[in-house]
Amino acid sequence: MAHSVRRDAPELPDFSLLKRLARDQLIYLLEQLPGRKDLFIEADLMSPLDRIANVTTLKQHDVDKLYKVEHKPIVSTSDQLCFLIRPRIKTVKWICDVVNADKAFGRFRRYKIIFSPQKFYACENLLEEQGIFGDVTTDEWSFYLLPLDDDIISLELPEFFRDYFLEGDQRWVRTAGSALHLLHSVYGPFSKVYGIGRCSKMAYESWREQVEEGEQRARQAEIGNVFLIDRDVDLVTPLCSQVVYEGLVDDIFRIKCGCVEFCPDVTSSDKSIKVMLNSQDKVFNEIRNEHFSQVFGFLSQKARNLQTAYDKRSGMDIKQMKTFVSEELKGLKQEHRLLSLHIGASESMMKKKTKQDFQELLKTEHSLLEGFEIRECISYIEEHINRQVSMVESMRLLCLLSLTENGLLPKDYRSLKAQFLQSYGIEHLLTFSNLKQLGLLVEQQPGETLTVMESRVGKLVNDKTAGKLTDAFSSLAKKSNFRALGRRLNLVPKSDEEYDLRVPRDMAYIFSGAYIPLSCKLIEQVLERDGWTGLEEVTRMLNGHEFAVTAGSNGSDARVKTDSQRIILVMFLGGCTFSEISALRFLGREKGLKFIVVTTAITNSARLLESMLDNHA
Amino acid sequence: MELERWAQGMSGGSSPIRGTNRSPKAATETFLQRTAPAGDLFLLRREHGQLPGTHTHTHTHTHTDTLIHSFSVCPSPPSLLFLQWKSGPVRQLGWTVCDDLLCIQEDGTVLIYDLFGAFKRHFSMGNEVVQNQVLEAKVFHSPYGTGVAIVTGASRFTLATNIDDLKLRRLPEVPGLQGAPSCWAVLTQDRQTKVLLANGADLYILDNTSCTPVTPPGLSPQACSIVNMAVSFSYKYLALFTDSGHLWMGSANLKDKLSEVDTKVRTPPKQMVWCRRPKSQQPSVVIMWDRLLLVAGECTDTIQYTLDEESVCVAELDGVRIVGGSRHELLQEVPSACQDIFKIASMAPGALLLEAHKEYEKSSQKADEYLREIKEQSVLGEAVRQCVEAAGYEHEPETQKTLLRAASFGKCFLSNYPPEPFVSMCRDLKVLNSVREYTVGIPLTHTQYKQMTVQVLIDRLVYRKLYPLAIEICRYLKTPEYQGVSRVLKHWACCKVQQKEEPDESIAHAVSVKLGEAAGISYSEIAARAYECGRTELAIKLLEFEPRSGEQVPLLLKMKRSQLALSKAIESGDTDLVYTVVTYLKNEMNRGDFFMTLRNQPVALSLYRQFCKHQEQDTLKDLFNQDDDHQELGNFYVKASYKEKKLEARLSLLQSAVDEYNKAKNEFAAKATEEEMKLLRFQRRLDEKGEALLGLSLQETLHALLTSNFHKQAEQLYRDFRVPDKRYWWLKLTALAEKDDWEEMEKFAKSKKSPIGYLPFVEVCVKQHNKYEAKKYVSKVTPEQKVKAHLAIGDLEGAAEAAIERRSEGEISTVLSRCSPTTDRALLERLNRARSTAAKK
Repeated sequence: MAHSVRRDAPELPDFSLLKRLARDQLIYLLEQLPGRKDLFIEADLMSPLDRIANVTTLKQHDVDKLYKVEHKPIVSTSDQLCFLIRPRIKTVKWICDVVNADKAFGRFRRYKIIFSPQKFYACENLLEEQGIFGDVTTDEWSFYLLPLDDDIISLELPEFFRDYFLEGDQRWVRTAGSALHLLHSVYGPFSKVYGIGRCSKMAYESWREQVEEGEQRARQAEIGNVFLIDRDVDLVTPLCSQVVYEGLVDDIFRIKCGCVEFCPDVTSSDKSIKVMLNSQDKVFNEIRNEHFSQVFGFLSQKARNLQTAYDKRSGMDIKQMKTFVSEELKGLKQEHRLLSLHIGASESMMKKKTKQDFQELLKTEHSLLEGFEIRECISYIEEHINRQVSMVESMRLLCLLSLTENGLLPKDYRSLKAQFLQSYGIEHLLTFSNLKQLGLLVEQQPGETLTVMESRVGKLVNDKTAGKLTDAFSSLAKKSNFRALGRRLNLVPKSDEEYDLRVPRDMAYIFSGAYIPLSCKLIEQVLERDGWTGLEEVTRMLNGHEFAVTAGSNGSDARVKTDSQRIILVMFLGGCTFSEISALRFLGREKGLKFIVVTTAITNSARLLESMLDNHA
Repeated sequence: MELERWAQGMSGGSSPIRGTNRSPKAATETFLQRTAPAGDLFLLRREHGQLPGTHTHTHTHTHTDTLIHSFSVCPSPPSLLFLQWKSGPVRQLGWTVCDDLLCIQEDGTVLIYDLFGAFKRHFSMGNEVVQNQVLEAKVFHSPYGTGVAIVTGASRFTLATNIDDLKLRRLPEVPGLQGAPSCWAVLTQDRQTKVLLANGADLYILDNTSCTPVTPPGLSPQACSIVNMAVSFSYKYLALFTDSGHLWMGSANLKDKLSEVDTKVRTPPKQMVWCRRPKSQQPSVVIMWDRLLLVAGECTDTIQYTLDEESVCVAELDGVRIVGGSRHELLQEVPSACQDIFKIASMAPGALLLEAHKEYEKSSQKADEYLREIKEQSVLGEAVRQCVEAAGYEHEPETQKTLLRAASFGKCFLSNYPPEPFVSMCRDLKVLNSVREYTVGIPLTHTQYKQMTVQVLIDRLVYRKLYPLAIEICRYLKTPEYQGVSRVLKHWACCKVQQKEEPDESIAHAVSVKLGEAAGISYSEIAARAYECGRTELAIKLLEFEPRSGEQVPLLLKMKRSQLALSKAIESGDTDLVYTVVTYLKNEMNRGDFFMTLRNQPVALSLYRQFCKHQEQDTLKDLFNQDDDHQELGNFYVKASYKEKKLEARLSLLQSAVDEYNKAKNEFAAKATEEEMKLLRFQRRLDEKGEALLGLSLQETLHALLTSNFHKQAEQLYRDFRVPDKRYWWLKLTALAEKDDWEEMEKFAKSKKSPIGYLPFVEVCVKQHNKYEAKKYVSKVTPEQKVKAHLAIGDLEGAAEAAIERRSEGEISTVLSRCSPTTDRALLERLNRARSTAAKK
C-alpha cells in the first residue's frame, strides 16, 4: 500500500517450532497415562490447545472424550481421567470434589492433572489438604508461548494483569521469566535487554537466574534485542478506542486466540463463521494495520481487481481456461470469500461506528488526550452514565479522564461516582476501590496527603527486602503525569494541522493522528538512544525501574550490526492491544526493524476493565 | 573341569596375599561376610573378648562383651570399624549396599552403623519377635536394596525387602515346622521376594500369601533330609545338599535340573556357594567343609582342594572369594580369553600375537613369522581383542602391561581397528589397580567393576573417606563435575562439618575455600548435615554460601529460622517457595504473630490473601481486622452481602460495611452503602406488590417502576435519592417511549422546562419509529439543535430551512451530504447557494 517498505528489513524467525515443542511435550505427557482416558480441558485453554493439537491428534493418543471444565459434577464413564488445567485454586478444588465424590461412591479411577504452564505449590497443597494427593499424579506442560502470528506470541494469561498489578501476586512473574528463557534458548542469545517497570525487572531477573542455572550453548542468534515493559507504565493507550482495523475488529467482535467469530449479519448468511485472522489471510494482512477510514476504499479497490481477474476468463481459449481453473481460480475463490467477509465486517462496523455517538465519543477522547474543553468532556461522561449507554464504556471514559488529568477534582470524583453507582449498581463500589488501588481512577490528592503516604512507605524501607517490595504498593500514591509526559515526548501532535491518514507520518495514525501511544514511543526513544540516557526526566515520572543491560558477553558480536540485531522482541507484561502492535509494525517499517511482540495476553479497554470488576468472585 | 585356583597374583598357582601377617588366628572367631557384589569388606566377630594377636589395645571386656571388628580384605588400613558391643546378643551381622553395618539382635532389633562404627539408626522386625526371639537371620540383596529376613522361635518368617523403605511382611505358617528349618534361603523371583526352606526332606516356597510344597525334579530318593542350600548370585540357580551326600543343582524355579553329583561326603558342609561367571560354560558349586573345598559341576567328577586354615566363602558375580586367616583367594572359572592365550601350546590368535610381541621385544625376526601366521588367517583383529580382554582379567600389573603392549603392537598392523576398547581397558585397569592397592583394599575384578559402575565405586571410596583418590579417579575418567568431583567434595564437606573439635569459623572457611569453584555444589545439603549434628550456627554460616536463595529455605525452616526463611524465599522470587513458608508459618505460629509477620512482608501477605479469598474467607476478615484495614473490611462486607440471599442478613452485612467505611473515614462509600440499604428496603416494600426489583440498581429500579406505571413511587425515589434532574428526565423519557405511552410523554414534556432539552424527545420517538410523535417536539428544540432534529425525523426541507436560517456553513454541509442529487435537486441548489453566501461572510 502506501507504505514504503524498507528493503533491508530482516526475516522473522520461525516460531512454529514453539508449537511443535509444545505439541510433542503434550503427547509425551498423555502417554504417561497409558490406555484410554477422558480429557477435561480448562475453558480458556481450549482455544490455545486448538492451535497446538487438533482433536485427531488427541484421539490418536488414546483420548476418548473431551470435556470442558465446567465446575460441575462429571458424567464420564472412563476409568482414567486426565485434567489439563491452569494452576488455579478454583479448578483444583473442583477436581478434589470430583475425586472425593468418586471415593464416596466407591469408584476407582486413575487421575492425572497436567498443569499448564507450570504447577504452583498452592495447588499441590490443596490436593494434600483435601486428602487426595496420593490419588492423583501431577505433571507440568510447559506450554508457555503460543505464536498467534508471524510476529505475535502470547502467553495467554489474561489474569496476569489483575493478579500482578492489582492483587500484588507475583506468581506469574516467574512464568514470564521462563517464557523469556524459552525464547532465549531457542532464538537467542540476546545481546541487549532494555526494560521499564518493576515486573519487567523481576521477570528479567528470573530469566537471568534460569540462564545461569542451565547450560549455555553458543548458537547463531535470531533475535537481537529485547524490550520489557509493564502494562502500568502506559495505561492510557489500552483505554483509548481502537480505530485501526484489527483493533476495531477486536473491540467489536473480540478476537480470541487469533480467531474471530463473525456473527450472521456480517456473513450475510444464517450462521456465524469462525475466521482465523493472521498474515495467512492475504486480504486481512493488507488492511489490519490501516486506519478504519481507509479500509473501505481499499476493499472496493480490491474487489475491482478481483473482478478484473475473473474477467480474464472471457476471451480465453480452452487451454488457457484450463490453466486458469487449475491454477488461479482456487486462489481467487479464496480471496473472494475473504474479501466478502471483511467487507461484511467493515459494513457492520461502519453501521456501529459511523453513528453520531461514536464520532462524539472519539471527539471526547481526543479532547481528553489533548487536554482541552475538559468540562464539556465531563458533562459528556455524565450524560453517558445517566443514559446507561454501557457500563464498561462509562468506566473507560472515567479512567481516561482521571489518567489524563492526574486524578479528578474531589467534587467531580464524588458526583461522577455517585451517578455511576446509581446507574450501574452499588457493587461497583468495589470496582472503584480496585480502580483506585491501581491508580486508574483517583481523586486529585492535595500535596500533603502524598507525603504522609510516602513516609508510611518509608518506614518499611528500613528492611532491605521490604524496601524493594513496598514499591509495589506505591501505586497507591502514583501519579500518572500524563500531561507532562505528553509534552516531553511529544505524544499529542498539534491538532491544527490536517492529518492525512492515507500517508501516516508517525505512529499517531493509529489514533487518527491524535495521540502517539506512550508505550511505543518509549520503545522508539530507547532504541534510538540505545539506552535510557536523556530520558531521566521521563523515567522519573514513570516511577523508575528502568534498566538496560548488555546480556551477551561477546562484545565483538554486538558491534556488528547483523540482521538479528534488527529483530527486537518486545514483551508486554500485563497485555497489549492490537493498536500498539500496528504502531510497532509501522515503526519497524520506518526504521528497517522487525518487532516481535510477546504479551501475557492480547488486551483492549473492555478486557482490561472487566478484569477490574469484583462481582465475578 | 576348567577351574583353576586364583590368588591375588595371577602368574603362579596360589600365593599368599600381601601383608597377611597381622590377621588373627583364633578358634572362637566367627567370620561374617558381606554378600554384596565385590565383597571387599569383612567382619570378624569375637565372643568372650579374646584379642587378635597383633592388636594391642587396652580394652577390658566383661564376660558377655562382643567385639565386632571389620576390615577390608587387604589388611591395611587394618580395620575400619572396631566396635565394642554393649547391646543385646547379636544373631547376625551383614552389610548393606551402601556399606553400612547391620546388626540383627536376638530380640529382632536391627541396628545400623556406618563404616566407622558410628550408630546411624535402628528398627525392629516386629513386636512378635520380642517374645519369640530370632532364631536365624539373613541379610540379602535384591534390585530393591538390602533386605533382612528372620525366622523366629515360633517358626515364623518375617521379611523386609528394603530396609530403607521398611515394610515388614510376615509370611504364612509352614506346616509341621518346629524351631528353625534345616536350611533356608531368600529368593527374588518375578519381582517378588520369597523364602525357600527345607524341613527334613520337604521343601517349601513361602511367598506373601501361601506356603507351597515343592519337589526338585530328579532329586535322588536316598536323601531323607536337605541339609544345605545355596542360591546363585543372580537368583537363577539353586543347589541343594542332602544328608546322603548328594548335591542337586538346578534352576531356582525348580523346573529344570542341571545335574546331581554324589560327593561321598555325608557330613553337612560348613558352607556352600555357587561359583559361576556371566556367560559361563560350566556352572559349578563350591562346597566347604572344615579343611576341604570341593568344586562340583555338571559332570560327576569333582575337584578337591585342601584348605590350610579355617576360611569362609563369599559368592561373587564371577567367582568365589575364599578368605582365610592369612590369605584371600579368588576361585573362578578361567575366562576363555585367558585360557586361549595362556594354555600351553595354544595356537589361538591372541597367544600368537603375544608371542610375536615377545619376539619383537627381543628384536628377533621370529616376530614377523608369528605375525604373518596371524595375518594369513586374517585373525589379527581377533588377536588384539583377545589380548585386550585377557588384560582385563589379569590382576598382576606386569601381565596386564604385557598383554596390552601386545595388543598395541598388533593394532599397528590394522588400519581400521576401533581404538575405544583398548583405551577404555587401559583406563579401567588404571583405576582398578589403584583401588586394589593394599592401602585402599578393594580388590575388584574387571567384571565386578563393570557391573557396579564407576558411580558406585566412587561411592564406596567416599564411604571409606578416601576422598583424594575418589577425586583423582573422577578427574582421570573425566566424570562430569556434578556427578564426580563435586559430589565427592560434597561428601567431604559433610564429613568435615562433623568434626566437633574444630570451630565453626574455620570449618566454614575450609569448606568455602575447597568448594569455591566446583560446579553444582549444594551448600544447603552440607548445611543440613551440619544442622543434623547440632551445629546450627555453622549451618547458617554455610547457607550464606548458597547462591540460590531458594535452596536455603527448607533448611532454615527446619532450623526454625522462619523469619529469615521468609525473607530468603521472597528474595528468590519464587512464589511457590514463599507459599511453602507461609503455610509452614501458619501452622507453626499463633495467629497474631503469623499476621504480624505477614504484615512486614507484602509479597507474602498478598499471596496469602489470594489464598484466603478462595479458601478461607473468614481468615481474610481476621487479617484485615488485625491490620485495622477498615476500607478492605468494608469491601469485604459488601462482597459478602451479594452472596447472602436473605434480605435481613444482607442488610446487616451492609450495616457492618457502613460502620467500617465510617471508621476508614470513607464517607462516600459509607453514604453509598447506606443508600443501597435504603434502596433495598424500598424495593422490599414494593416487592410485596409483586414487583421483582430486589437487587436492581437505582436506575434500573426507576426504569422498572416507570415502565410499570408506578409513577408515584418513582417520583418518591427521585426525591429521596436526589436523582439529578437530567437523569430522571432521560429515564422517564425512554421508559415512556418504550411502552409507547405518547400521551403521558406529551404531558411530561409540558410539565416543566426539560433540563435535557427537547432533542432527546425527538430522538427517542424516532428510535421507536414514531415520526409523528417526534414532529411534535421539533418545534421545541433549541435553534442550535434544530437541524439535527429535522434530520432525525427525515425532514430535509425543514433541516435546510433551519440551516439556512442559522447561516452555519457546517450545518448546511451536513444537510447537503444527506441530499441525493436526483430527488432533491432544487433543495441542493438552494443549499449550495446558501453555503456560498455563508462562506463569503
